[in-house]
Amino acid sequence: MARKEYSFYPGCSSERRASASNYMVSVESMCKKLDIKLNEIPDWNCCGASIGYAQGGELPRHVMNARNLAISEQVNKGQDVVATCAACWLGAKETKDRLAHDSGLLAEANEALREAGMNLTYKGEQEVRHMVEVLIEDLGYDELKKPVVRPLEGMKIAGYVGCQTNRPFGIAGESFENPKYLDHLVEIVGAEPVTGYDQKVTCCGGALAFSEPEKSQAQIKKIVESAYDYGAEMIVTPCPVCQMNVEIYQGQINKRYGTKFNMPVTYYSQLMTVAYGGSAKEAGLNGQIVRASRLEEIAAKNR
Amino acid sequence: MGDQNTSMVQKYRNDFLKEVEANVEEGAWVKMCMQCGVCAGSCPLGPAWEHPPQEIFMMIRAGRREEVLKSESMWMCTSCYNCIVRCPRELPITHIMHGLANYAHRLGLAPKMNPTRRFAKIFWDNIAKSGRVNELELSVRLYFMDGFKAGVLKGLAMKDIGIGMMKTGRLNPFGLFAHKGCKDIKGIHKMLKKAYEIEDRKKGFVA
Repeated sequence: MARKEYSFYPGCSSERRASASNYMVSVESMCKKLDIKLNEIPDWNCCGASIGYAQGGELPRHVMNARNLAISEQVNKGQDVVATCAACWLGAKETKDRLAHDSGLLAEANEALREAGMNLTYKGEQEVRHMVEVLIEDLGYDELKKPVVRPLEGMKIAGYVGCQTNRPFGIAGESFENPKYLDHLVEIVGAEPVTGYDQKVTCCGGALAFSEPEKSQAQIKKIVESAYDYGAEMIVTPCPVCQMNVEIYQGQINKRYGTKFNMPVTYYSQLMTVAYGGSAKEAGLNGQIVRASRLEEIAAKNR
Repeated sequence: MGDQNTSMVQKYRNDFLKEVEANVEEGAWVKMCMQCGVCAGSCPLGPAWEHPPQEIFMMIRAGRREEVLKSESMWMCTSCYNCIVRCPRELPITHIMHGLANYAHRLGLAPKMNPTRRFAKIFWDNIAKSGRVNELELSVRLYFMDGFKAGVLKGLAMKDIGIGMMKTGRLNPFGLFAHKGCKDIKGIHKMLKKAYEIEDRKKGFVA
């Protein structure tokens, strides 16, 4: 039996050939090394993301999340729900919160839920947690350090926490303005965190990267520029939207502002996979548009 | 849609605050705002808001219904939740902004051409169709929302990013045909239909 077991909500971007498929690859490798078993919620659906509000309204949005949680309660009994995506975590947790405090809304959600298959009723039995929360709280930094066989020595990494893994819920014991957990994770894998990184919780624009690209790219520029200013050679993040926005628009930002950005943006799970002895492929590094060359070199070394 | 608006105007007369409290998500919090402006100063897109949140709250209390509901302001929200965690009165500002935008959209008053409104609709329709995001279809619909020529131009501007995503296995080039989605999509459609029915009934929307 695995050391820890969770009901897993991977989310749309984690699917094969989707924008965070590299995240998923590295999470699987990382969990294997840590002996964590993830039981996928069968037939899970989209959380509605934040941007779903305009057309989705209130109840339809909560019902989408309630369906996932109800399936989880039925199939993965007694397990906490774990999401890797910040938006999935936020969406599901917000629904759990709202339905716990509003019995009318809960009754309405269940009325709608009965229309779906599987004979579902949402009870609110399971906790909804983010993967980093689980790593830090259930295993702890000491346990996370044990499997490190290939420390990322000499690398200076900016921990970009962003918004939705940080606000409004965040990780227990961390501040909204200067959360430190990502810096601790960077330390654990043997790299040097950029402690003064002042754009650590700046918004990348989220979904508005699609609809308001200029405004969003002005945000992203600050985030990447600050990482350079502090001497970072890589940015690491826990959020698929942050990862995508901060990585893929660097070319357009260079054109717009005349900058020369070429900063790799990776997930914590990719750093951990490499540090735990995994290959570049196991860490999903072939999924980077801005190649994480230093990390690839370390991954190619014998452990 | 115009009818919905007329019936709400008749129902609430000049009491826009009451209308917001009844029909807008978390609208009951609006009257708690003490006009400190921390939300405006905390918003990453603050300068892009014609009326920052605290101003919107005061405009609601002043009954400036049309101005609020037709505003582009709420559509600037990136859902970063900075305003929520910093508000000294703990108003769920992000949710109220989402709620106002949704309400304006439902009444047909939201600015038609606002890109975030249009993208948000495309996004929800995308997920409601199969239960899961189809990223290729989402991008294609977004680029082509202003017609074929504009779509081709936008597609060309995004070409390098798209090719990069495909090469690294992060975008399915066959996504328009090979997207699977949820197995119980029929059930999900029925569930959503019911949810809309309940919400419309509760908020007094005519079906």
